[in-house]
Amino acid sequence: MTGPSRPGPAAAREVAIVAFAQTRHRRATPELSEAEMLLPVLSEALDQAGLRPGEADFTCSGSSDYLAGRPFSFTMTLDTVGAWPPVAESHVEMDGAWALHEAWVKILTGEADTALVYAHGTSSSGDLRDVLTRQLDPYCTAPLWPDPVALAALQAQALIDAGETDEDALARIAARSRTAAEANPYAPLSGPVPAGDYVVRPLRAGDCPPVGDGAAAVVLAAGDTARRMRARPAWIRGMDHRVEPHALGVRDLTDSVSTRLAAERAGAFDAPVDTAELHAPFTSQEVVLRKALRLDDGVVVNPSGGPLAANPVMAAGLIRLGEAAARVHRGESDRALAHATSGPCLQQNLVAVLEGPERPARQERGPRS
Amino acid sequence: MPDVLTAPLVVEFPFTRSLGPVLSAFLTGLRERVVLGIRTHDGRVLVPPAEYDPDTGEELHALVRTAATGTVTTWAWNPAPRRGQPLATPFAWVLVRLDGADTALLHALDAPGPDAVRTGLRVRVRWAPRRTGAITDIACFEPCPPGTAPPAGPPVPHDGVFTDPVTTLTAPARLDYTYTPGRALGRHLDALAERRITGERCPSCRKVYVPPRGACPTCAVATREQVEVGPRGTVTTFCVVNIKARNAGNAALDVPYVYAHIALDGAGLALHGRIAGIPCDQVRMGLRVEPVWTEGARHPDHYRPTGEPDAAYDTYKELL
Repeated sequence: MTGPSRPGPAAAREVAIVAFAQTRHRRATPELSEAEMLLPVLSEALDQAGLRPGEADFTCSGSSDYLAGRPFSFTMTLDTVGAWPPVAESHVEMDGAWALHEAWVKILTGEADTALVYAHGTSSSGDLRDVLTRQLDPYCTAPLWPDPVALAALQAQALIDAGETDEDALARIAARSRTAAEANPYAPLSGPVPAGDYVVRPLRAGDCPPVGDGAAAVVLAAGDTARRMRARPAWIRGMDHRVEPHALGVRDLTDSVSTRLAAERAGAFDAPVDTAELHAPFTSQEVVLRKALRLDDGVVVNPSGGPLAANPVMAAGLIRLGEAAARVHRGESDRALAHATSGPCLQQNLVAVLEGPERPARQERGPRS
Repeated sequence: MPDVLTAPLVVEFPFTRSLGPVLSAFLTGLRERVVLGIRTHDGRVLVPPAEYDPDTGEELHALVRTAATGTVTTWAWNPAPRRGQPLATPFAWVLVRLDGADTALLHALDAPGPDAVRTGLRVRVRWAPRRTGAITDIACFEPCPPGTAPPAGPPVPHDGVFTDPVTTLTAPARLDYTYTPGRALGRHLDALAERRITGERCPSCRKVYVPPRGACPTCAVATREQVEVGPRGTVTTFCVVNIKARNAGNAALDVPYVYAHIALDGAGLALHGRIAGIPCDQVRMGLRVEPVWTEGARHPDHYRPTGEPDAAYDTYKELL
């Protein structure tokens, strides 16, 4: 093994996902404020963990004000967490998967034993294809207003040119995802979905994720606290995130170096995984991720249906971690990989490895343990 | 579902950005119909140029001039152009590796249809007639006429010096939203339109939130019980506004005016409002006020003194 060493001491604290809840994601939620959408989800996640509101040692959220066009909207959602008297709290202007990463680090340092992580997005307030252009390089890219479907389509064509996929194979990814989603009551798009017309060729409507509103929450806990909260916690065996250069034309769009590196650092290649929840909003991106993560046909990919069935932006990555953890909780997976992405064409990628079975000779470290 | 309140919300922000030496040279070059790249220490040429090597992080300085012709490395046909995009008619998004460059530039390609586009297609820059020093000085790419030869030789060094260089970029952006206040605030706004001021009581701590946001931030539970408050209230604190707002809903107001926190009778916290009908220098903490409604408005225009004796400090000190 010549790969990079993984961060942290060998006997770092054990941290697990012990609870996961999400909304029934919908095309639009005009009757709900963001706080009203979040409150039931947070209550459900805290109930699963046996925590009262405000009782988690740390709270971290992920969202983007650009989605609904409301500056500092994330501060309003603090109404839902019991934030008064003040709690230890943080926010990332990113998908909630990165909020989970921050909370995980907080627990690893020993500053917290439990953490509430949540994310929400109301894409219905604006036009997501316009809104997401504003995350691009402001000098040479954003002035052209290239929307996320266009950029994903450039990546898809590069994959087709390289012989790595074709339109039929992409359609099969869409069909498999939405068939799997028939068992997922939270997914708005399931069952047979026509391929439809080209949105931006070569991507058809069926290759694109549903746009909609939703929220999700997870609870993290350390060591014996996690064992008290959940019979079979989903232990986070490793987690890492990496980013590509921002200029699309510098990257090989048919590969994801950042995903592979994050997976190596998270220990994903140390042993086979049985399940993978991949944050691939476009069918073509699953092709890239399967290659980067070396997933063979024996791995169950996106049993939830994935983002092609439910894609509340800013929560969809956190939901990958939550869905993978829930399968571990239920005993349907022993070792699952969860992936989250951010930015155009899989620009930034996070990989986590979750395990159900306990490891022998565990050792707790940290001021509170 | 009851009627849901909605309102258009437009967010416009003309970001002004400093360019720095590399992007200043690149964008000024486009104005002069010159495409500049930058050479990395291992000899690759990046177009658009980067200030730092994306692989090593080394600072880059060696500008070179590349051709305005190149090769499509990938493409995507856009049948329905959107606002702000380079062309109003169907076009191909393309990544183009310009001759002499090792990386590709994102732009639009004007082509009659998807059958006219392929990876490997030879294309050239179509310059915008009016150029200001922006990526849109390239209007788009267009297919090279048959027989167009690639330029001979490698890209040539360029000092990046132009007269009257562009040093800042103003990037206008407009996003259109539909604002929806949600269940709790929607009910409050509906009541205001009927000249009633309502809040919601927390079922746990019994505090009345005005305006309500649907959850109690102390107890983290939903608030549902409707409570009518006011209409009279007490000024808990205030300020005198002396600078006229620009581009704001209150631009028609003359300064100075008083902006206050007002604890309506029965409310568990103060809301914001303007005080009028009294000279600014006579507004004080404890002043009793009532809302003034104007014809057709959905909310109080301002609050005015009721003439009652001032409220004792102890009655509102917890609401400051």
